[in-house]
Amino acid sequence: MADIDTWAVDLAEVGAVYPFQGSEVIMVVIVMVLWVVWHVAQISSEQRKEREEVARFNSRDDIKDKLE
Amino acid sequence: MGNNLDALTTVFTEFYYWVSIPLMFLIHVGFCMYEVGASRRKNHMHTLMKNTMIIPLVTTTFFLFGWWIYWAFPNGPFINGGLDLASGEANLPWSPTMGTNLEDRITGVFWAAFLLFSWTAASIVSGSVIERITSGAFWILAVVIGSMAWIIDASWGWHYAGWMVVKLGYHDAYASGVIHAIAGGFALGVLAVLGPRLGKFRADGTPRNIDPHNPWMVCVGLFIIYAGFWGFYMACNVPLISPEGIGGQITGETWTATTIYLTPTTLGAITVNFLLSLSGGMMAAYLVSGGNAFWTYSGGLAGIITASAGNDLYHPMQAFLIGGAGTVCAYKLHFFVERKFKIDDAVGAVAVHGYAGFIGLVICGFVLWGYPSSPYEGYAAINPLGQLAGAVIMFFGLGFLPGFIVAGLLKGMGILRIPREIELLGLDFSEAEEAEAAAEDVRAATRDLMK
Repeated sequence: MADIDTWAVDLAEVGAVYPFQGSEVIMVVIVMVLWVVWHVAQISSEQRKEREEVARFNSRDDIKDKLE
Repeated sequence: MGNNLDALTTVFTEFYYWVSIPLMFLIHVGFCMYEVGASRRKNHMHTLMKNTMIIPLVTTTFFLFGWWIYWAFPNGPFINGGLDLASGEANLPWSPTMGTNLEDRITGVFWAAFLLFSWTAASIVSGSVIERITSGAFWILAVVIGSMAWIIDASWGWHYAGWMVVKLGYHDAYASGVIHAIAGGFALGVLAVLGPRLGKFRADGTPRNIDPHNPWMVCVGLFIIYAGFWGFYMACNVPLISPEGIGGQITGETWTATTIYLTPTTLGAITVNFLLSLSGGMMAAYLVSGGNAFWTYSGGLAGIITASAGNDLYHPMQAFLIGGAGTVCAYKLHFFVERKFKIDDAVGAVAVHGYAGFIGLVICGFVLWGYPSSPYEGYAAINPLGQLAGAVIMFFGLGFLPGFIVAGLLKGMGILRIPREIELLGLDFSEAEEAEAAAEDVRAATRDLMK
């Protein structure tokens, strides 16, 4: 949906030109939710990987071997 | 834009801030280089990603709420009034001026210049906590410092109507406190909760050196930060404004560059002072560290940071001496705090940014004592007590405390520090194993082809 349909205008009288004007709050809410979800998903994925890695090395000797 | 002069001024200002942004981008490149250089081989890629992801996370949150905080909070916690909702409204993320708007050519570039300061604040913390913090915890802390804590302090003390400027005469033209002291204090708060890297301290409590895997890369990273620092200084100024545009007590018709407080300065002055404070810091650090390359480069940064609060007005020789003195104090404090409190600051960020910034604010209070903090009537003049109070607010109030509290919460949730096994083997251990297996697979296939 175009908010501008011609450039035959006096630019001094033109303000915002981006599409879907009027839906700014909805767009902000969507991005806000995605941002929070991103953190939750990232932390959950990082913790899962950490648990898997720790499970691979059951003993002190395992780690010692790998370090050598 | 009413006439050609207005148009030229607007387009010049728009372009001026726009150029400052890619220059400041170099600061982040430099931070990534020196942080990876300072880490051990087993942690490279995680270290790089930890810092790099500051960019999207702080950018998004600074758009969502950081920018609004700057415009809405200058009156402080009901010290000089309540929330400034009228100024905040035009800077809400859904305001028409935050999108492509032909009536407003400045908000976008001004927002971006502030955003790059936000990245810097978070990046300063990033280096100090390498090799043991989880990425997820760090990225939450990055949002707290980058899109909340620092921008509250900017609203209070780096705004022409900030309550600290009005009531305390706080002066911090190039952000000794509002970026560096707060980020250093925040890093110290996080480090106090996070603890040192395994093996950093001997059983008797004396520290071991965990040297950078690539000292040359660390130094070039710092060199690149120097280059980016020019953009940082640039973005701290209003490049061109008329007395009428300021609307304060300045008389006559002479246009000028100003600081963020709209007090007059010149690009010439800050250029010379930048270089002399860099020189003072480097020369002092070279001597005090016995020619150590890392500390000499870091000393250059510490020199600039110490003198930054007053570099709009200092004489170049003052900038040189202040830069040198602050650097020596920061260097000594780094090792004192490391030994006394067992703080493992992997890159010396608390010293270079936090202590140097704090000291710079205090020195500025004495050297510029009595100078007006603003072109407007009714503001306190610059004074030592106001600067000391400002330094405490920046380093401890908005830096150390939030860092300590949020890190404590993350620790309580069990997500602050990586498991001991992973710290010993390295954050990149699995990826390194996979890469080695893939390389071996290719080698085997190549051998088969030769049969």
